[in-house]
Amino acid sequence: MTFINYASREINCKIVYYGPGLCGKTTNLQYIYDSTAPQAKGKLISLATETDRTLFFDFMPLELGTVRGFKTRFHLYTVPGQVYYDASRKLILKGVDGVVFVADSQEERMDANIESLYNLEENLESQGYDLAKIPYVLQFNKRDLPNVSPMEELQAELVRRDEPIFEAVATNGTGVFDTLKAVAKQVLTELRKG
Amino acid sequence: MANSPFIIQEHQFARIKVILARLCVECAARAVFLIDRDGQPIAFHGEIGEIDTTSFASLAAGNVAATSSMAKLIGEDTFPAVVHEGERDSIYISVIGRSLLVVVFDERSTLGLVKIRTKRASHEVAAMLEEATRDSAAISASQNSFFSEITDEDIDSLFS
Repeated sequence: MTFINYASREINCKIVYYGPGLCGKTTNLQYIYDSTAPQAKGKLISLATETDRTLFFDFMPLELGTVRGFKTRFHLYTVPGQVYYDASRKLILKGVDGVVFVADSQEERMDANIESLYNLEENLESQGYDLAKIPYVLQFNKRDLPNVSPMEELQAELVRRDEPIFEAVATNGTGVFDTLKAVAKQVLTELRKG
Repeated sequence: MANSPFIIQEHQFARIKVILARLCVECAARAVFLIDRDGQPIAFHGEIGEIDTTSFASLAAGNVAATSSMAKLIGEDTFPAVVHEGERDSIYISVIGRSLLVVVFDERSTLGLVKIRTKRASHEVAAMLEEATRDSAAISASQNSFFSEITDEDIDSLFS
């Protein structure tokens, strides 16, 4: 839920990166963190296992600038992708303003993508949200790998509505900021609509 | 979206700050935070120093979300309070509806004192937040004229 503080003139929004295990959600956040000026970001918090798999969530606050005198701050979260962390994923979706689904483009991960997207729809629904209405962006990550599915195939399986779609290579930043901009823009547009 | 924005107006923010300042003194606390359950910091008071308030708020919310789910798994409806005791500093988190009142205290205070004082302040904060929630819906409808003035150019300028 967008939180607006008239005293400090701030708009705070929550964006969640969702997707199957090892699809590159944390890598998206890490790239944004590494590429952002220190004054525009807070700490990148990672609640991860000893092997760097996300256990609960990753989090970073990002300040984009001022709209009509209000500072806009986006709180970026990732969820743990592994199937058995579903309880954690549900918690992180609470109060979400926008969602990025990061799909792993590798052929052998198609089923994992489909399962994770279905899980997103279910978990959003349990929180009172509708994937068809919430600000939402679809990212096809790992496009640099040799064994990727064709875009048409990915789109046929994973597109749910008229969502913006981006090809990405999160490790080198390709498509990372385009994805973020697209979802942030939708969130602010939604705020304008009321 | 599932919910309309939650809006804190200036006079409400000022009143919340007064409640937090008083609670901080009454508890002999290091710092007091009011945090939205979704992880957004609303207000704080005290010796903030190097504390990263944004990260702190997000982690406190995650902490309460996790313990509340654990409560449900063992048949409890919720844990209305969460305590973390450290060697020097401790944290007491009181759940007030959709917000968290968090007291950070050290050896100058005691858990018992913090609990008692926080309980009283919780009622005031709850009433305050209820008012803010009520007003938010009305503001969203009317003051949206303000947000409706946001243009595509305003939004694009954030990303230039």
